[in-house]
Amino acid sequence: MKKIIKANISRRKLMKGIASVGSIVAMPGFVSYSQAASSSPIKIGFQVHRTGIGAAYGRWYDRTTQAAVKIINDSGGINGRPLEIIAEDDGTDPKRGAEALEKFANQHDCDVAFGTLFSHVVIGSAPRAGELKLPYFVVSEGHHVASGMLNRYTLQPGITDVKSQVQAMAPFVKDNLGKKVTMVYPDFAFGHDHRDYFSAAFESQGGQIIAKVPIPPTESSFSKYFPKIPRDTEVLYHVMVGPAVLTFVKELGEFYGSKGPKLFGFIDSVEAVDLSTPGLEFLDGSYFWEGNPRYAQANQTDHDKFYRNAVGVDSNGASVSDPKDVSTYAHMFGCWETLHIIKKGMEESGYSGIKDRAKLIEAVESMTSMPLSKAHPQGAKIFNGKTHQTFGHQYITKMTNGKLVLAHTTSIEDTFYPDEVDYTKQSF
Amino acid sequence: MDLGPYLLFASLEGLVHAAVLSLIALGLSLVFGVMRIVNVAHGEFFMLGAILTWWVSNFVMGNPALGFLIALLIVPLVVGIIAMFSDLLILRHLKYDPEVTIIATIGILYIIQQFALMTFGPDARPVEQPFNIRLDLYWFGFSAYKFFVIFSAIILLFCVWLVMAKTKFGLILRATQLDSEIAQAFGIPISTVYSLVFGVGAAIAAVGAVLIVPIQQAHYLMGGEPLLLAFIVVIIGGLGSLKGTVVAAMLIGISDGIISVFFSPNLAKILATLLVVVVLLIRPNGLFRTIRI
Repeated sequence: MKKIIKANISRRKLMKGIASVGSIVAMPGFVSYSQAASSSPIKIGFQVHRTGIGAAYGRWYDRTTQAAVKIINDSGGINGRPLEIIAEDDGTDPKRGAEALEKFANQHDCDVAFGTLFSHVVIGSAPRAGELKLPYFVVSEGHHVASGMLNRYTLQPGITDVKSQVQAMAPFVKDNLGKKVTMVYPDFAFGHDHRDYFSAAFESQGGQIIAKVPIPPTESSFSKYFPKIPRDTEVLYHVMVGPAVLTFVKELGEFYGSKGPKLFGFIDSVEAVDLSTPGLEFLDGSYFWEGNPRYAQANQTDHDKFYRNAVGVDSNGASVSDPKDVSTYAHMFGCWETLHIIKKGMEESGYSGIKDRAKLIEAVESMTSMPLSKAHPQGAKIFNGKTHQTFGHQYITKMTNGKLVLAHTTSIEDTFYPDEVDYTKQSF
Repeated sequence: MDLGPYLLFASLEGLVHAAVLSLIALGLSLVFGVMRIVNVAHGEFFMLGAILTWWVSNFVMGNPALGFLIALLIVPLVVGIIAMFSDLLILRHLKYDPEVTIIATIGILYIIQQFALMTFGPDARPVEQPFNIRLDLYWFGFSAYKFFVIFSAIILLFCVWLVMAKTKFGLILRATQLDSEIAQAFGIPISTVYSLVFGVGAAIAAVGAVLIVPIQQAHYLMGGEPLLLAFIVVIIGGLGSLKGTVVAAMLIGISDGIISVFFSPNLAKILATLLVVVVLLIRPNGLFRTIRI
């Protein structure tokens, strides 16, 4: 299409066109963009997994983001300017992720980019964000932000990372479930974080990892991997992602029935899965890590009530309009909280446009304590400006009569580890 | 797990895999054998079968077995009709030119896939098993439904053989396969036969999908891997050979099961592809193919 248009337009015609545009701009009454900038929307480029293996997360990240934007806009926006979401599907694909950032920066003039979950997409996109000098707020859980692998433009202020999560889980697993653990995890960056940091934390507690079973995240049948789990396994640590997670847990149930090892899973293995699905009864009595408890708990805060209601999630963690449409509740709060952090950062830095991007990053870097509030319904957090990573409470729930009931809440301090990088020393 | 039960488990997994694979490959082989075209969209007809099964099972309330049975009757028919239409609307006008039909079926692949994405969405959706029975085999559990899949595939393969070997329709198909011009001279309406075969080929793949979807979930990208494996099976077995297809599907399916369980699923794929190369070098017409193309 482009070629044809180009071929038909002569240089002279093009000059005429430019001249006429110029005269329109010069006409009285025409309000140019620069004059309207003060009330023009702040554009957030939203890198969303609409398709590919992250689609279920993408759907709910989108709903949460829309809900947060509505709340922020209804209360006057940011510095008097409304938020506008420019969403772009990245297909849960690193290459397309980088292309999406390019579009945000060059075509849409977005102020910031935001919202990526899958770690391989973050790792594939972040270098481009650095080159484009586009603040990139990820909601991913990967340890790659705090490990120093990325750059000053990439921040993760709204969700905790795998290293801190698994470190806080290790003592609970050892004290309550068993000392001999086999790990089943997806065979890519996110899964490798689990493999490396849980095994390190667990072994330092005196436990033992007796086998590690990696599974490709695009796999559609899992039974063939289960015989690799040694028989003397006391605890099966499972974390799985992708469209086939339901198949994964169902086949696990088929394989073991009620005779298997004790189960400790990351909720990812059943995220967006209806737990009343036939074949999942065997999960009763097993424990899960949850970033944010899917089921409204007995000690539910008003903030969670407010947030749950705004996004349209019922007390079972499903959509209020369709009880079978189960949310990714343990993760998606990160979008809500990140947008509120962007708001705060822009307000504190007096952000007025793209030229203030560095000021925005510095403002976020200077944040530390984030108390439990409507902006942070998952719980209080402590942000580390040097590592660009937030730290917060982790929840362990036990499947009881088909519902996940809170069994343990870790302290924020349980999740701390020594800094591995100081991004504030990098230049913009 | 001890070696004996380990092997038993791997073989059972492999058999389920082989059962479904032989159905998919059979459809592909039938289309190639009779029409001499390579249907790259074959995997998408399989996917369409899975997605339609989800629609049907959601539409039919009550016992999941009822929805499953209705899907087993309706879905292959619908997929077959869609395939026949794509033959009537597209392939027929290309005069079944081998190279052009490959391009055309790639187009059909994308049309079906994107249509599924637009209507069904990007999520994997589960279909409840018609019966949810776990057989406890002491060392491990195995779903009774998986045995049903193996059993159904065997019956269906037998039926296809019966039709091909014992009926007039089978005779017409075999005649067209041997020499379409002579068959035409004997009054066989070749173009109708072609449409029917294209439909039946897709319908057989759809049956495979109906059987597998309670185990694997329906997803708009699920057609890719079975297509690749079906090609491997058909090349090893010999394009157009029923016996070869079934034997090759067993070989690939069971070895995939055993190698995946004992070593790694990637190694199973590598070895299967290697086998294709070996077969192409040593027996270019496939293990069982006797008719010259």
